[in-house]
Amino acid sequence: MKRAPASLVTYISVFVGLIVLLLITVAAAYIDLGQFNLPIALGISVAKTLLIVLFFMHLREGARLTWIVAGAGFFWLMILLFLAMADYATRHWGVQAAPF
Amino acid sequence: MTNRPAMPETHVAHQFETVEQQREADIIGMWTFLATEVMFFGGLILCYTFARFAYPQAFEAASHRLYVGYGGPNTAILLCSSFTMALAVRAAKMGQRNALTAFLGATILLGLAFLAVKGFEYHTDYVEHLVPRVDFKWDGPGARQAEIFFWLYFTLTGLHAVHVTIGIGILATLAWRGRFYAGNDIPVEISGLYWHFVDIVWVFLFPLLYLAGHR
Repeated sequence: MKRAPASLVTYISVFVGLIVLLLITVAAAYIDLGQFNLPIALGISVAKTLLIVLFFMHLREGARLTWIVAGAGFFWLMILLFLAMADYATRHWGVQAAPF
Repeated sequence: MTNRPAMPETHVAHQFETVEQQREADIIGMWTFLATEVMFFGGLILCYTFARFAYPQAFEAASHRLYVGYGGPNTAILLCSSFTMALAVRAAKMGQRNALTAFLGATILLGLAFLAVKGFEYHTDYVEHLVPRVDFKWDGPGARQAEIFFWLYFTLTGLHAVHVTIGIGILATLAWRGRFYAGNDIPVEISGLYWHFVDIVWVFLFPLLYLAGHR
């Protein structure tokens, strides 16, 4: 049994959303928000990723197992980034002893 | 519109009971490959995270040397290509063979446009002495730290460009073979997953590399 594909309106809305988010992320980069520039830029990237993954990559109507595989990729990436950076950020000799 | 598919029905391999089961297995297989790709790019993203954490000023100064005028339009080009790819998958699902070929062609052209812009950008970087180990000149403090930024920039965007090139090859093969024996929509669907993933990688590379130092 084949599911009916999503409507053209859905795809066009997602595409317009992606372009709007791109314009917002470029505009936000030129405003000095101090330490909030990076979280905002990454937050917008995550929002774009969710739009692409859920609608263009059809995870929304995907099988439960596909959700687990996609989630596992994200989870292991977070282990890689957060545990490694937690180590560098909390050892007093970490960054000071940086090689260059 | 009739419900009669313009493409022949899917052949079910003997290890699967139904088309739906085979379809799910194919899609999960592609997602598993993409999870390994996340790890592949993740290692370099970790390098970037550490180096930016260690040398924030140098990274902002180095990022300032990249042109949003190249990176921004290229992001838009890739987002457009994801849109046409999604429409190609939709056309395949609805059995519209001509629309499928047209949308695959549009996606390929947008991919080539992305690579062309990237080529011009690399040339600009070279002219401005920003290629580590080849021709790198840096005025001001933190020259070696800025060189690390540009090493990461070329490695990340270079590997990404390789992925775009492979994607173009896959889509060209689909478009070529699809004309003769468009069997089912699964090859288009899982190639689309790969193409969208490559787009997502760029969605993160763009702010990390181009927008780190423009305020």
